[in-house]
Amino acid sequence: MEILGVPLQALLAQLFLGLANGCFYALLSLGLAIIFGLLNVINLSHGALYMLGAFVTWMGLQYLGLSYWVMLLVTPLLVGVFGVIVERTTLRRLYRLDHLYGMLLMIGLALALEGVFHSFYGVSGRSYAAPEVLAGATDIGFMVLPDYRAWVVAVSLSVCFATWFLIEKTRLGATLRAGTENPKMVEAFGVNVPLMVTLTYGFGAALAGFAGVLAAPMVQVSPLMGTNLIVVVFAVVVIGGLSSILGAILTGLGLGLIEGAVGIFYPQLSATVVFIIMAIVIMLRPVGLFGREK
Amino acid sequence: MNLTRLGYALAVAVLVIAPAFLYPVLVMKVLCYALFACAFNLLIGFSGLVSFGHATFFGGAAYFCGYALASLGLPTVLGILTGTAASALIGLFVGSLAIRRQGVYFSMITLALAQMLYYFYLQAPFTGGEDGLQSIPRGTLFGIVDLRDDVAMYYFVVAIFIAGFALIMRVVHSPFGQVLQAIKDNEPRAVSLGYDVGKYKLLAFVLSAALAGLAGATKSVVLGAATLTDVHWAMSGHVILMTLMGGMGTFAGPIFGAAIIVALENKLGDVGNLLADFTGVGWFRAIGVSVPLVTGLIFMTCVLAFRRGVLGELAHFLRLDRRQAKGADDV
Repeated sequence: MEILGVPLQALLAQLFLGLANGCFYALLSLGLAIIFGLLNVINLSHGALYMLGAFVTWMGLQYLGLSYWVMLLVTPLLVGVFGVIVERTTLRRLYRLDHLYGMLLMIGLALALEGVFHSFYGVSGRSYAAPEVLAGATDIGFMVLPDYRAWVVAVSLSVCFATWFLIEKTRLGATLRAGTENPKMVEAFGVNVPLMVTLTYGFGAALAGFAGVLAAPMVQVSPLMGTNLIVVVFAVVVIGGLSSILGAILTGLGLGLIEGAVGIFYPQLSATVVFIIMAIVIMLRPVGLFGREK
Repeated sequence: MNLTRLGYALAVAVLVIAPAFLYPVLVMKVLCYALFACAFNLLIGFSGLVSFGHATFFGGAAYFCGYALASLGLPTVLGILTGTAASALIGLFVGSLAIRRQGVYFSMITLALAQMLYYFYLQAPFTGGEDGLQSIPRGTLFGIVDLRDDVAMYYFVVAIFIAGFALIMRVVHSPFGQVLQAIKDNEPRAVSLGYDVGKYKLLAFVLSAALAGLAGATKSVVLGAATLTDVHWAMSGHVILMTLMGGMGTFAGPIFGAAIIVALENKLGDVGNLLADFTGVGWFRAIGVSVPLVTGLIFMTCVLAFRRGVLGELAHFLRLDRRQAKGADDV
């Protein structure tokens, strides 16, 4: 069976790859949205944290001989702790100033992190294999599904859903959302807002690190892997708006799918299609698809 | 105010005699980056617009200018004007989209569109892909002066720089510039006073893009090359750092910032080797090739401890110009 001259098998495989990429967009834009909500800062080092996650995992596997499953838990924790340290030692000092300085600090952090790994490992990519259980592919009738990608999609969607649930449906999430709206008031109720801010940044960083662990067996681990991805995620965030958690997730998944589809029919455009969609969205609906007028 | 004038007169004098004791190509490079940073400062320092994609105007103009000179054989001045005009047009496109959003969204849109154009330059047939454009001819100035001579080229670049810098000063001090300042300080109030804020922002953006283009086109003529580095987002970060380091919202600050950063990049390898010899840690030799690490650390240091920049701190210290010092404080 063919659609527009493309075999259905290939079409579905491409779309599924798009969906897997969309999961990374969703995980990363989710982290950006959470951090932005409380800190009002776009975390420009998010791509570098994602890269850090991939490298830490690679190092754990390479030097310590740890398994992928151990690193899947350890890496986000380490990256999260790194985020907490960054927030406590540097970012915190800038809150009373214009948010611009927070963003500039994050650019500096991104450059420095990339530079560190660049100085040790050069620009060439490294890779590690997916764990053996997930190395194969499963024939599910109408298409052959690579197991690792299926795993990535399943686990990212679960994490995204869990985060959404945590923020929208639990008491902790309610406090967090209240902090987003009016931090002074929340503080007056006895909530330790500075601690909440720190942990939020750490959680966002951990999400980026988690995405890094998942991505590494699919893409080359290199110092520059983060920035190219994160600029696309910024476009995703502009399209979806930062005010809705669910919006960030859905926009990420949707754009991944669209990118996959464009890759089938017009590969030259697949790198830029997200930016083109962003331009169209800004023209038609400046606040973004899920944005609220302020 | 007289002290400021004296400073500028001194600066021009230094520029005139600089080739006698400095390598002209290095100074030309500094001047191009300085003009780029001043153009960027027109937005961030005087209009409150934070563009994260300014490399696209700098590097884009370099490509268009290089193509006009190398492939179309246009005279040098026309080539530079082509690059500048191209950047102004791209600025119109990017700016008209970006001004529809404010704050962080504005910055992210400029960054994303610049990345889109990066892919365009990577794939377009006229840019030479990964290799970029090489051996762009310097040509002559109106068929009279041979620009292949470094000193002749130097004074040509100085003239371009001074013209660009004077234009920026004129713009900031004009009624138009005052409205930009008002928008920066309090946008809703500017709207309520009846100003068409969008139009002002767009014009400022196009002006800044054109001047960044002028700088980029000139640089491509000086070095004879236009490459992907110039349109990469790291270059956008670079120009932010130059402006921040020199002093946002001061006129001459970005020039100091550009000079410091260019000098640093040139000397970084030596410093790394020196540190490696001194401490015996071989890793320091990698510093020369890993400029981002050092620029990143400087970036963070500047943001944390040195927000007014070189000139801003100096002005603050001397209380030369209260308004300027204050301007740098609440950017």
